[in-house]
Amino acid sequence: MLMSLAGIIFGIGFFIVTQAQTSGFEQFFIKTILGTDGAIRIEDKFQDTMFVMRAAGHNADVSKFDVAGDRSARKYIEGVEDPKLLTKALLQFKNVAAVSTVLEGAVIADSSFKNESAKVYGIVLDDQLLVSDLGSQIVRGSGSLDNFRDAPQGMLMGKALAELLQVAPGDSLILQAGTERRRYRVSALFETGVRDIDKVRIYIHLTEARSLLKKSSGASFLQVSLFDKDRAPEDAVQMSEVLRHGAQSWQVREKTWLNAFQALQISAALTVSTIILISGLGMFNTLAMLVIEKTKEIAILRSMGYTRVDISRIFLWLGAIVLVVGTVGGWILGLTVTYGVSKIKINLTGIFTTETFQVNYALSHYVVATICAIVVVMTAALIPARRAARLEPGDIIRGTSQ
Amino acid sequence: MEKNTQKPALRCENLHRYLGEGEGRVHVLRGVSFEAQPGHVTAIVGPSGCGKSTLLYLLGLLDQPNDGSIWIGDELMSNSSDIDRTAARGEHIGFVFQFHFLMQEFSALDNVMMPMRKLGRLTPEQMEERARGLLTDVGLGDKTHRLATQLSGGEQQRVAVARALANQPTIILADEPTGNLDVKNSTLVFDLLTKLAKENGQAVVIVTHNPEIANRCDETKPMRDGLFVS
Repeated sequence: MLMSLAGIIFGIGFFIVTQAQTSGFEQFFIKTILGTDGAIRIEDKFQDTMFVMRAAGHNADVSKFDVAGDRSARKYIEGVEDPKLLTKALLQFKNVAAVSTVLEGAVIADSSFKNESAKVYGIVLDDQLLVSDLGSQIVRGSGSLDNFRDAPQGMLMGKALAELLQVAPGDSLILQAGTERRRYRVSALFETGVRDIDKVRIYIHLTEARSLLKKSSGASFLQVSLFDKDRAPEDAVQMSEVLRHGAQSWQVREKTWLNAFQALQISAALTVSTIILISGLGMFNTLAMLVIEKTKEIAILRSMGYTRVDISRIFLWLGAIVLVVGTVGGWILGLTVTYGVSKIKINLTGIFTTETFQVNYALSHYVVATICAIVVVMTAALIPARRAARLEPGDIIRGTSQ
Repeated sequence: MEKNTQKPALRCENLHRYLGEGEGRVHVLRGVSFEAQPGHVTAIVGPSGCGKSTLLYLLGLLDQPNDGSIWIGDELMSNSSDIDRTAARGEHIGFVFQFHFLMQEFSALDNVMMPMRKLGRLTPEQMEERARGLLTDVGLGDKTHRLATQLSGGEQQRVAVARALANQPTIILADEPTGNLDVKNSTLVFDLLTKLAKENGQAVVIVTHNPEIANRCDETKPMRDGLFVS
């Protein structure tokens, strides 16, 4: 029974630890991507084609939403024509916290050392700071954001790109878009943690981007931040319907990675649950043996007036005691190990950058682990308990005394 | 022998019981009728396999007859539900077996309190007081807190007697209560059982092989091949 108890404690503890880690890294990833690309991106304008309008008007079974969701039935116009008007409309949505206009374009960054392909993002700094964590992503350049704000020719460059080009804050380099070549000075370096972004992205002022990319009006997309990030999919659908622009939530944008995290979390849960399951089997064996060992005691209790329910209750109580002690022990073990793991130093870069293990202390992990243990332990206790309750006292005593 | 004219505490009529399955099926009891009067000690004697223990378990509602009737007081119990029979056992019947069947992990006091805890008529303090009184009656007043494993065979059987008397049952059924004891302890346990039962007006039915014990009972009923013989 002690081994089963230890198994329950370790099962619950490790369940909590693995869930805390996988969801910790997932939360950190979400924080990173929200702090970089925002909760929703409003991009290409669309118009319904004649087919769509006819379908919406003549077929009651086809909802307007269903038809609008069919990209092939729409005519798309690249970018946002009137960002100011769209921003004003977006701010009418209750969940929208801020909107930033972004003009994006491909450029060649030409330092004295080498050329690299890059993506330039024309932004209004103060707007962008409201929809991203750009302010806290600056890694080199003292007073750099103010330097950038005050320098029309300033730029914020991804740290990985700066390393490729071997430039540092204060250095200048040329950005070339088509035939247009302009010189800019690096105001600061930023690091989002997402290497794919950090090795290509450059922020410059929106007015400069218009000149460089030769787009005097409009925007590539609007970056939107929300008060409640979890409502992004619903808000994106509404925005798309109302504003007639493509709207993509962060959940859709990062679906691949989020699915990978989800799969990892489920896989870890299933793997660790086997410890609880095996402990449950061990407990089942122990209780089944106990029923066999205690048949005489069961018979004498029945002869005293204890009912079948009383007898099964004894074994269920045994299971419940193991469950309670195992669960509380597992919680303490899980909490302690999770805290210990969060202090382990690692150096991870790629989809995010972190120097320590990321953990997430969530009540749901403790609840799920407990439910798992309840199901396994009580099932393991219930079967021997029912067997004990079915024993006939007369048969047992007769077998013993003759 | 003086005939008791009181209403019987326990009565059965025409009991039949088969044991085993198929070709191994044996007709153990072949229409047994019996009465146990309050304050009266009856011994059932007979060779092994004659059906005396089977009869005792039927009378104790631990088993059900294939045919026939059993009354506890005025209540017909032979066809009642498992719950009713269990409740009747707790309230009306005390058992003493050949082996004491004490709970080894518990003290003598706890063992005696166990039937009272289930019946729930007394408060915990009253239960403890009664259990102490019963253990004193059986000569174990100074060993109430000893575990069952720390008592001798005779002492364990005396605890079993005290336990059987715990709920003040109207019927005491004893299956070879002295079968596992030496002569001295056999006499001690039998005397205690009959003395306490008579004091409380309880009907006692003892199944025994021991002729000395049987001779000291108020009545002896010999059994052979599933029937009482005169």
